[in-house]
Amino acid sequence: MLANLPQLFPTPVDVLKALYDLLIAPGPAGLPWAGELWGNTIISLWRVLVGFAIAALSGILLGVAIGWWRNVRDLLEPIIEILRPIPPLAWIPLAMLWFGLGFTPAVFLIWLGAFFPILLNTVLGMESTPKKLVEVARTLGANSGQVLFKVGVPSAAPSIMAGLRIGIGIGWMCLVAAELTGSNSGLGYLIMYYYSTMEAAKTVAGMLMIGIVGFLMFTALKKVEDKLLFWRVQA
Amino acid sequence: MSTAKLIIEKISKSFSEKKSGKVTHALQDFNLEVGAGEFVVLVGPSGCGKTTLLKIVAGLETATSGSVFLDHKQVSGPGPERGLVFQDFALFPWRDVTGNIVFGPEVLKVPLPERLKMAERYIGLVGLGGSERKYPAELSGGMKQRVAIARALSNNPDVLLMDEPFGSLDAQTRNLMQNELLRIWGEDRKAIIFVTHSVEEAVYLADRVVVMTAGPGTIKNIYPIGLSYPRHRADHGFISLREKITACIAEEVKII
Repeated sequence: MLANLPQLFPTPVDVLKALYDLLIAPGPAGLPWAGELWGNTIISLWRVLVGFAIAALSGILLGVAIGWWRNVRDLLEPIIEILRPIPPLAWIPLAMLWFGLGFTPAVFLIWLGAFFPILLNTVLGMESTPKKLVEVARTLGANSGQVLFKVGVPSAAPSIMAGLRIGIGIGWMCLVAAELTGSNSGLGYLIMYYYSTMEAAKTVAGMLMIGIVGFLMFTALKKVEDKLLFWRVQA
Repeated sequence: MSTAKLIIEKISKSFSEKKSGKVTHALQDFNLEVGAGEFVVLVGPSGCGKTTLLKIVAGLETATSGSVFLDHKQVSGPGPERGLVFQDFALFPWRDVTGNIVFGPEVLKVPLPERLKMAERYIGLVGLGGSERKYPAELSGGMKQRVAIARALSNNPDVLLMDEPFGSLDAQTRNLMQNELLRIWGEDRKAIIFVTHSVEEAVYLADRVVVMTAGPGTIKNIYPIGLSYPRHRADHGFISLREKITACIAEEVKII
């Protein structure tokens, strides 16, 4: 028992060595990607990108409609308000029942996690379109479609971007959670695997990778945001 | 007076509050005719329905009764032949100066080369040369209002409606913009209906000053300003008109 202690509480050196092993040295047999971190990172990244893309598309489209047209809002809001408080993780059993293991349930969970913040922020952005801008556009001859796309959507853009940023963070968390239980590949699976072999250093190395990838995605999105929304008032 | 460009005929407007059902009469039997190229300024106590009237003429609000005619055609809904300028500019922050100015021609599907030519013309007219690529967040209040005026002019409207356009500018910029507006009006002669709280501004700019009563708003008096441009604020004629109109409004304020 005592002999296991250094293994359970790895030193930074242990973790660095584990990172080296996982990134450069070939891993043990049995893991689908031969124990290396690269493959599982790419798998996780691919899942999150697909799930996030679907969430962004559906969240923005639906959010624009709900935020702009009163009757769409009245129709859909009750359903959304009931589904929204259910934590994405509570969907894991159902996701596994429906989709089995691997890619599809993970994408489904990421979509669930990212969808609501994107949706709600889009709705908020559309609803807070300044009335005066709409009025000005109408006096300048804009029809209702032009008011929507040339005033409503751009004026909601900062809010939509904020939703995307929150969405990708939650999506990434959901992905790891999905892989912990409903998958046999990916970063979540990897740290679970090294838990079962009691290799704490490698588990921590996997966690570090999750943090680094999450940070990089967040930063990339922030870069896109700053580029798209350069016109915002700098406080 | 069948030569009038714009006829405002017996406009009344009342709002009813949803909760209490209390009815507020904002405008009552408002009649006004504005000639082509005429500069009319509306003044009156706060809450007399000046802004409501402008919005009705713009087509953004519907009157409870009465009609607005432009070239003898009844107005229904907003249209590019009536340009609107707000006090707080209401520029599109995601569009640069050029982008804001060409918004009207763009939604009316004017071909791009023509649009850019128009932008160039109006940027020159309002004196914004060199700032074409700037965004509203980078502009001062006076510059923003120049953009808003150019944007309203870019559809070549028959009537320009201005709702306290210089109300949020500092005194120097305000005087400057008044002169600029007179210059633009001289070059690009539109009929203008201009709402302001400042009697001095009204006398400085207007062909005619219309004084409104406290709510429900109706016309109390109309003062033709016979002074030639450029006007001088210290002239005897200017001061006496200013005092007359100020006194006329003051009677209304006392009632409240």
